[in-house]
Amino acid sequence: MTIALKTTDLARTFDIGKRLIGPPRAQVHAVHPVSLEVRQGETLGIVGESGCGKSTLARMLVGLLPPTSGTIEIEGRALDRADPAAFGRLIQYVFQDPVSSLNPRKTIRQIMEVPLRLLHGMRGKALDDRIAELFDAVNLRPEFLSRYPHEFSGGQAQRIGIARALAASPRILILDEPVSALDVSVQAQVLNLLADLKAEFNLTYLFISHDLAVVEAVSDRIAVLYFGSVVETGPAEKVFAAPRHPYTKLLADSAPVVGRPLGGAQSGELPDPLNPPPGCAFAGRCPRASDRCRAEVPQLRAIEGDQFAACHHPRDD
Amino acid sequence: MSLFLRLLFRNKLAGFGAVVLGIIVVLALLTPILPLHPPNETNTANRFLRPLSEGHLLGTDHLGRDLLSRLMWGTRLSLAVGFAAALVAGLLGAAIGVMAGYFGGRTDNVTMRGIDMLMAFPYILLALAIVAVLGPGLLNALIAVAVVNIPFFARNIRGVTVGIAHREFIDAAKLAGMGHTRILLTEVVPNIVPVVVIAMSTTIGWMILETAGLSFLGLGSQPPQADLGSMLGEARSALITAPHTSIVPGVMILLIVMSVNLLGDGIRDALDPRLRSGALSRPMATTRVERTEATAPKGEGLLRIDDLETQFHVGPRIYKAVNKVSLDLKPGECLGLIGESGSGKSVTALSVMGLVASPPGVITGGAVRLEGQDLIGAPYELLRSLRGRKVAYIFQDPLSTLHPLYRIGDQLIEAIRVHEPVSHAEAHKRAVKLLEDVRIPNAQARARAYPHELSGGMRQRVGIAMAMANDPDIIIADEPTTALDVTVQAQILALLDDLRRSRGLAILFITHDFGVVGQLCDRVAVMYGGRIVETGPTPEVLAAPAHPYTKRLIACVPELGGGRRVLAAIPGLPPAVDKLPEGCAFAPRCDKAQAACRQGEIRLTGTAREVRCLYPERAT
Ligand SMILES: Nc1ncnc2c1ncn2[C@@H]1O[C@H](COP(=O)(O)OP(=O)(O)O)[C@@H](O)[C@H]1O
Ligand code: SF4
Ligand code: SF4
Ligand SMILES: [Mg+2]
Repeated sequence: MTIALKTTDLARTFDIGKRLIGPPRAQVHAVHPVSLEVRQGETLGIVGESGCGKSTLARMLVGLLPPTSGTIEIEGRALDRADPAAFGRLIQYVFQDPVSSLNPRKTIRQIMEVPLRLLHGMRGKALDDRIAELFDAVNLRPEFLSRYPHEFSGGQAQRIGIARALAASPRILILDEPVSALDVSVQAQVLNLLADLKAEFNLTYLFISHDLAVVEAVSDRIAVLYFGSVVETGPAEKVFAAPRHPYTKLLADSAPVVGRPLGGAQSGELPDPLNPPPGCAFAGRCPRASDRCRAEVPQLRAIEGDQFAACHHPRDD
Repeated sequence: MSLFLRLLFRNKLAGFGAVVLGIIVVLALLTPILPLHPPNETNTANRFLRPLSEGHLLGTDHLGRDLLSRLMWGTRLSLAVGFAAALVAGLLGAAIGVMAGYFGGRTDNVTMRGIDMLMAFPYILLALAIVAVLGPGLLNALIAVAVVNIPFFARNIRGVTVGIAHREFIDAAKLAGMGHTRILLTEVVPNIVPVVVIAMSTTIGWMILETAGLSFLGLGSQPPQADLGSMLGEARSALITAPHTSIVPGVMILLIVMSVNLLGDGIRDALDPRLRSGALSRPMATTRVERTEATAPKGEGLLRIDDLETQFHVGPRIYKAVNKVSLDLKPGECLGLIGESGSGKSVTALSVMGLVASPPGVITGGAVRLEGQDLIGAPYELLRSLRGRKVAYIFQDPLSTLHPLYRIGDQLIEAIRVHEPVSHAEAHKRAVKLLEDVRIPNAQARARAYPHELSGGMRQRVGIAMAMANDPDIIIADEPTTALDVTVQAQILALLDDLRRSRGLAILFITHDFGVVGQLCDRVAVMYGGRIVETGPTPEVLAAPAHPYTKRLIACVPELGGGRRVLAAIPGLPPAVDKLPEGCAFAPRCDKAQAACRQGEIRLTGTAREVRCLYPERAT
């Protein structure tokens, strides 16, 4: 199995309260060093709550945001400069808000032409043929090309967003909450389309979402993010069925399921990013927390088979 | 463009301004070919001729020059200089603003500090200083006026650009291989052009005035060249003896500035997207009602909605957002209202207390009864006294009900004292108690926080506390947990459930999530295309949905623990409620549809379980 995407200790800090000269007032570690491997043809699901660093990680992976430290390799090639155009041919991004990702003042054709012209130098008939081919792949009618973004429903706009990403002929797609803005009946249309495209174009996916059930349904492996760190990774069928990290367990128990009584006793909030706790970031909410947890940051380690967790006292039931 | 013109001329004053300005501009353009005296031809024998003198329609000035001719040439010059100054200030200011806003960081910091420094000087003083340095002259006056106006444009445009630079389509353009220049020119600039036009049209009048001011002081146009300001300046000494020499240019300045400003305001309103959709009129205090008579109550209930019809009248289109909806809520009960976006859930909820915005909203039929009393068309005072005290709302975004600039404790106190005449101290005690009731840790201290200092979950707790402030009987919660993370959602749902059981609250809970309905609600009503298509006790509806839509929607919802799989989808889209098909609204997407489904009205049938379908999934 070849590795499609590999990150080594990829991290990002943001300066808070920048001054004209001198150091910033404070720093926030949005993503702690993350090392991930995504195999060719695989779908890696990334779950976590708002503010846990999902989008920051994704934006580094496509070169929109330079990392503070660490490296990114795509198919064995290191991309060491945050240059979206260089990344663009290998890895593309599908945005959460389908309508806001399309420039309201351009027609769909104008939007579709850009990656084909700039990344692949296409012109004339080749260009038109390729656009028609892409539109066909995402099941959209060619007459949509002359319309403006506001004329489309969320589901249609998201298909256009996917077609634009595919226009760059990338090897990897980062899907950042691609169906969160859509209704359930339309959500599945887009998810199934993504599954077909993956097989057709031999793609690798990073699927980011806060909806655990959706992630579980589409992923081969899942990585759980908490407070900027990967706290658990493993095969999709195991991560939520038999969580090792107490936070994964909390997530799985919070998802509303018909017939399950309301939990409720679970309380607590995320730690203050400006003033992070010294040990495990989850210690304040964790039923298993010990003194060791409050002093020592747990590292990601193999618990059983290919299931990894960053926890001093992983669950084993 | 034609829409823009229509909107512009709907505003009568703007139309008037456009006509006046149009005439002035045309005359100014025609000046060189009009049969006028040469403007600088002096004739001291004919000094200070009164208006309507022979050969001099508007009379002459202190050198016997023809006033009409000087006025026309002067207007021409003043307009040209004013427009030029606006153009220069607008383009330079916009360029600076776009650069600072797009690149951000140090570029932004340095340029905006510079702009701040310019703005720190009093306006006219700065202009005078610039002319003092450059020396008097029309060109220098133009430069001065342009320079002092640049900061206004730069600041405005920078703000707008920052908003656009963070939109996702800019990121998409970068990933599509566009460089900064191309992004600025093709993605950013087209989106800020309307803002630049608005800013120019609202300031150009002042720039004309400022240039005239500098000329009046003798720093602008130099004799014998006439512009409106210098004409006024020269006439100053003869103000008493020959007032017409001042009045003529004065009136012209007044006309120009007034018409430019009227037109500018009109352009702003016509281009402003917020004003574009709605009428320019102010919204009414409660929703407009146009119904012939109240529907008779079909039964008991703390809150009964009978055959409610709420529509949006937008131009020639009629959106039937809520189409004969009937619901009832008993004390202590939780009723779920579920449906996809646009199905009419929120409009139903807002209609109860007349909160649908009018225009364009109109309640065209049905009744809403609170303890037997019809609320549709009730006077605003009555509805206001019931809001909060009997029926309270919780919205998806708690910020919509919280004022950003007041501490949350003070807002709670305010909410309590609106309906009850208690002392401030007593209200404060109750506010803290409310915050404790919604399990906000450290309530005493948190009462002093501002809304933006709280996390999303904490804010929604405050939203619930606000709703509970006057101990209502009914809470209408419109997707209160949709924007929250799952762990926080679980906390909020548990809290609502507790409050309801401990206080006997009735809850109308609006959501699009079957999991949430299943955990919280006793009964559920399913909405599609503005209508209720199925109701019944939650466990029964979820276990054996009767309407094909309900069944297929439930099948679309992935459940945790199902492993990797292909998800069910419903092909097609929900109907547009201004073009509802005849018969069943779901027919275009339903695989059981027959010819009979596409005609006539399909009724809601059954008693405890109701369903609106000719071929339901099971007998009811
Ligand atoms: N201000 C408005 N002007 C015109 N149509 C509106 C307005 N507000 C809502 N609608 C229409 O009313 C219908 C129902 O909307 P809504 O009640 O918000 O749906 P839901 O809450 O179920 O998502 C939608 O089709 C929407 O387009
Ligand atoms: S390291 Fe300790 S505190 Fe952190 S999740 Fe594991 S048991 Fe809980
Ligand atoms: S009435 Fe007909 S089209 Fe409508 S849901 Fe029932 S079977 Fe389907
Ligand atoms: Mg709604």
